[in-house]
Amino acid sequence: MLDPVMLAAQGAGELQSGLTAIGRGIVYGGAAIGPGIGIGLVVGNAITAMARQPEAAGTVRTTMFLGIAFTEALALFGFVLSFIISG
Amino acid sequence: MILGIDFPPITHLTAWPDIWFADTPFAINKTVLIFVASVLITFFFFFIAGRQRRLVPTGVQGLAESSIDFVRESIILETMGPDGLGYLPFLVTMFFFVFFINIFEIIPLVQFPGNARIAVPLFLALLVWFMFNIVGIARQGFFGYVKNSVIPPGVPKVILPLLVFIEFISVFIVRPFSLAIRLFANMLAGHLILVTFAILSAAIWGSAIYFKIGALFPFALLVALMAFEILVSALQAFIFTILTGVYIGLSMHPEH
Repeated sequence: MLDPVMLAAQGAGELQSGLTAIGRGIVYGGAAIGPGIGIGLVVGNAITAMARQPEAAGTVRTTMFLGIAFTEALALFGFVLSFIISG
Repeated sequence: MILGIDFPPITHLTAWPDIWFADTPFAINKTVLIFVASVLITFFFFFIAGRQRRLVPTGVQGLAESSIDFVRESIILETMGPDGLGYLPFLVTMFFFVFFINIFEIIPLVQFPGNARIAVPLFLALLVWFMFNIVGIARQGFFGYVKNSVIPPGVPKVILPLLVFIEFISVFIVRPFSLAIRLFANMLAGHLILVTFAILSAAIWGSAIYFKIGALFPFALLVALMAFEILVSALQAFIFTILTGVYIGLSMHPEH
C-alpha cells in the first residue's frame, strides 16, 4: 500500500534525522578547527622553549598543560553541543 | 547503523539501570557505586598510609608521600606560592578522588568512568567556584575582589565597558562551566572511543571465518587506547586540580 501521507511523513522524519546527523558533524568539526590550531601552537612553542632552556622544562610543561586545557575546552564545548543537538 | 555495525545510542553507553531503591531520588546504580568506591579508596589509601609513620617510607606510605609532594611542588608552589600550602589537603584529596573515578574506565568488569556523567564534575566545579569567590572576598573585600576580577590591569579606558562585560562572563560563568565540561567531556569521549573500537573488534570477530584476522587491527588499537586512557585519567585529574589551584591563586594574589 502506498499511502502518500504516510510516505511523506516517513520522508520528513528521515530528512530530519539525516539533517540532524549532518548538523552534529558540522558542529563538532567546526569546533575542532580552532583548538586544533591552538593546541599545535601551544605545544610547538613549549617544545621550542624546552629545547632552548632544558632546565626550565618542568615549569614549561606545567604551563603547557594549562594552556592545552584552556584551549581544549572550546573543542569539548562543541563535542558536548553535538550531543545536545537532537532532531 | 554505521557501515553495517549496529552502534548503540549514547544513552545505552552511559545510563545504567538502577540496582537498589529504583525510581526514587536515592536510586543506586553502577555510577553511584563507582563514586562511593572512589570515596572509600581515597579515604583508606591515606588512612593506611598515615597509620604508622615510618621515617623511611615504604609501600603505601611512600606512594602517598610522593604524591603529596607532587601536588605540593608542581601544583601549589607553581600556582599559589607558599601561602597556599593550607589548601594542600583539599587539593590532594580532590586529585585522588577525581583520579580514582576516572581510572575505573580501564578497570576490567567496571570499565566506566564515573565522570562520564556530569554530576560529580559539576558539583566539584561549583565547589571550586564557591571556594575561589569566598577566598577572594575574604582576601580583598567584596568590591575589591569584583573590581580586580573584571578589570584587567593596564587597559585603555575606551574599551573598558566591553572588556568588563567579557571578563565578568569569563570569570564568573565560563570558569566553573568549562571546568566541569572539560573533565566530563574528556572522560565521555574516551569512553566512547573505547566502546567504538570494542564494538568494531567484536563485529569483525563475529564475521566470516576468513575475515577474523581483520579484528586484530582494531583490537591492537583498542589496547593502545586503553594505555592512552590511563594517561588521560591522570592528566585530567591533574588539570582539574591545577586549575583549581590557579583560580584560588588568582583570588589570593590579584594581578596588578
